[in-house]
Amino acid sequence: MPKMTMIEAIRDALAIALREDPRVVVFGEDVGRNGGVFRATDGLQAEFGEARVADTPLAEKAIVGTAVGLAMAGMKPVAEIQFLGFAYEAMDQIAAQLARIRFRTQGRFTAPAVIRAPYGGGVRTPELHSDSLEALFAHTPGLVVATPSRPYDAKGLLLAAIHAQDPVIFLEPIRLYRAFREEVPSDAYDVPLGRAAVRREGSDVTLIAWGPTVTVAESAADQVSARGIDCEVLDLRTLAPLDRSAIQASVEKTGRAVIVHEAVRCAGLGAEIAATIMELAFYHLRAPIERVTGLDTPYPPPALEDAWLPSVTRVVEAIERVMED
Amino acid sequence: MSAASGENEVEDVHVYRFTEETAPDQVLNEAGERVGELPENAADLALQWYPFMVFCRKFDERAQLLQRQGRLGTYAPFRGQEAAQIGSFAALRPDDWIFPSYRELAGMMYHGLEPWHALLKSRGHPNAGHMPEGLNMAPAQIAIAAQVLHAVGAGWACKLQGTDRVSVAYFGDGATSEGDFHEGMNFASVMQLPVVFFCQNNQYAISVPVKRQTASPTIAQKAIAYGMEGLRVDGNDVFAVYQAMRYAVDRARRGDGPTLIEAVTYRLGPHTTADDPTRYRDAADVEAWAHRRDPLVRLRAWLTRQGLWDDARQAACEAEAEARVRRAVEEMESCPNKPLEEAVLHVYAETPESLASQLGARRKGAT
Repeated sequence: MPKMTMIEAIRDALAIALREDPRVVVFGEDVGRNGGVFRATDGLQAEFGEARVADTPLAEKAIVGTAVGLAMAGMKPVAEIQFLGFAYEAMDQIAAQLARIRFRTQGRFTAPAVIRAPYGGGVRTPELHSDSLEALFAHTPGLVVATPSRPYDAKGLLLAAIHAQDPVIFLEPIRLYRAFREEVPSDAYDVPLGRAAVRREGSDVTLIAWGPTVTVAESAADQVSARGIDCEVLDLRTLAPLDRSAIQASVEKTGRAVIVHEAVRCAGLGAEIAATIMELAFYHLRAPIERVTGLDTPYPPPALEDAWLPSVTRVVEAIERVMED
Repeated sequence: MSAASGENEVEDVHVYRFTEETAPDQVLNEAGERVGELPENAADLALQWYPFMVFCRKFDERAQLLQRQGRLGTYAPFRGQEAAQIGSFAALRPDDWIFPSYRELAGMMYHGLEPWHALLKSRGHPNAGHMPEGLNMAPAQIAIAAQVLHAVGAGWACKLQGTDRVSVAYFGDGATSEGDFHEGMNFASVMQLPVVFFCQNNQYAISVPVKRQTASPTIAQKAIAYGMEGLRVDGNDVFAVYQAMRYAVDRARRGDGPTLIEAVTYRLGPHTTADDPTRYRDAADVEAWAHRRDPLVRLRAWLTRQGLWDDARQAACEAEAEARVRRAVEEMESCPNKPLEEAVLHVYAETPESLASQLGARRKGAT
């Protein structure tokens, strides 16, 4: 079985999708000849042609808006927004259009497009290249929001997104694109949308993370295990719709929860998860829920981002707080 | 001496400027006299179109009254624009893609949307957007210009699928100020997609006149900057609209790329039933368009001159239109309302557990 980085796994998924379904079209800024600024589409235009792997004008609204029209007309668009921060440019087309075609037409038309976007911090980018905006999309009924934390999931989740009947916002953690390799089957496979994965089983604290913070949570779990604290790490993988039963099952077991996300805290997905735990598992809680998040500021310049981002140390401190008394 | 003082002005530059305001193309002048090239079967077309325009006018007036009676919600009247809509929709096939705005009900009904169904949106009924099977027509778009990009995407699909279908975006003069219009025009022209951008310049975006939307003398000329062909037609001349639309649709079907059409027309009614146009429009302005330039008056004058129309036919046509409107209102009002479950059914292909549990809690009378 080949070992792949996440970016290689994503490219592999796109190649499979282009091969298996003639309706699939891959497009965005610099995805054609250049193979994408992160090389997610490297070589795909040479293999599948300019019609199916297309460079578009520099226009985020048009990238999403044409994806809506393509999908309504029976194609399977897989569009790329070059960095998630530029999805702001396309918010009407994402939230008011893409998400609502099925609802607006009562199922007469659907728009099962996939919008891929690199996101997340820690890689010293200019402004608007590192923002974590998942809560905006999770707050928008009609969208599926998925984010992998490892190469195997990146391939399977992306193929599941392309096979889905609903529009999917597919968020790719930039920091993990080349962070590590793991074995990834060469064949096609789906990692089901809507299902969280337990990365590490434990009995004392549930660490809930997704995308770039999963490895942070895993490192924190490693650190505290030496002191006899047994953490469960839950990788949500799909952020909308939330896998509420996985959250419930884990917190009922551990009685403690620490939620880790890069996005700003206020009205972040951590708040929704905390409320879900209150609704479904309140009587199992032994300590208040902790959130380890970004600050309520715009994403900071590179010189400040290490201090701003959730770190292993801050997650360890949060674990210690929920383990007090 | 500073360079900005005017003493030493730069003159040796090449200036691109287009200041011409061409008169819109006409086939019939305002008196209904032929001044351009008629389509081959003009008489048959006119005898089909004119009664439908009369019906649309009655429909529109009645819908506005129904809102005043509390039987409909907000309604956006289209009267004055019947020729622009019917003349352009008449050049399309049932399998072409159409992305209308909210002021296109005359064209949409001509294309096959049942009149009772056309009233459902203002009724606030959830099925309003469930467009008829067999037609590739999207429901009315509420966000200004958003549908322009959908039309470009569907046109792209037509090209990728190797069909000769075309895709049409319908929008107004206000929409040309939106970024979606720019991105859509640019995208379609760069990719040479089979798209027609059909702008009904009805002179006002709610209260703001077209001179406040654009400093270009015409909307049609905006095509030039995108490397696209632009046409400017008298939108109240149904033949001129039809000929322009046929030209653009034929080009798109042949693979010659997109076209922008500006149909110069006038919104005789308010923006919607929630609007009072006397606050921003002079009565004389409306008067100039209301009779002499009315698209129905013009086509009737031509038909009469051809010996194809008379007062008796007019009376019968009006009676039939009124009966049809009455039936549409009855059918619309007898359309049963839907339970709250209807809002949940079509958010995702399969209702997620979280949403199903919210609905379940409602049923039990919890939050």
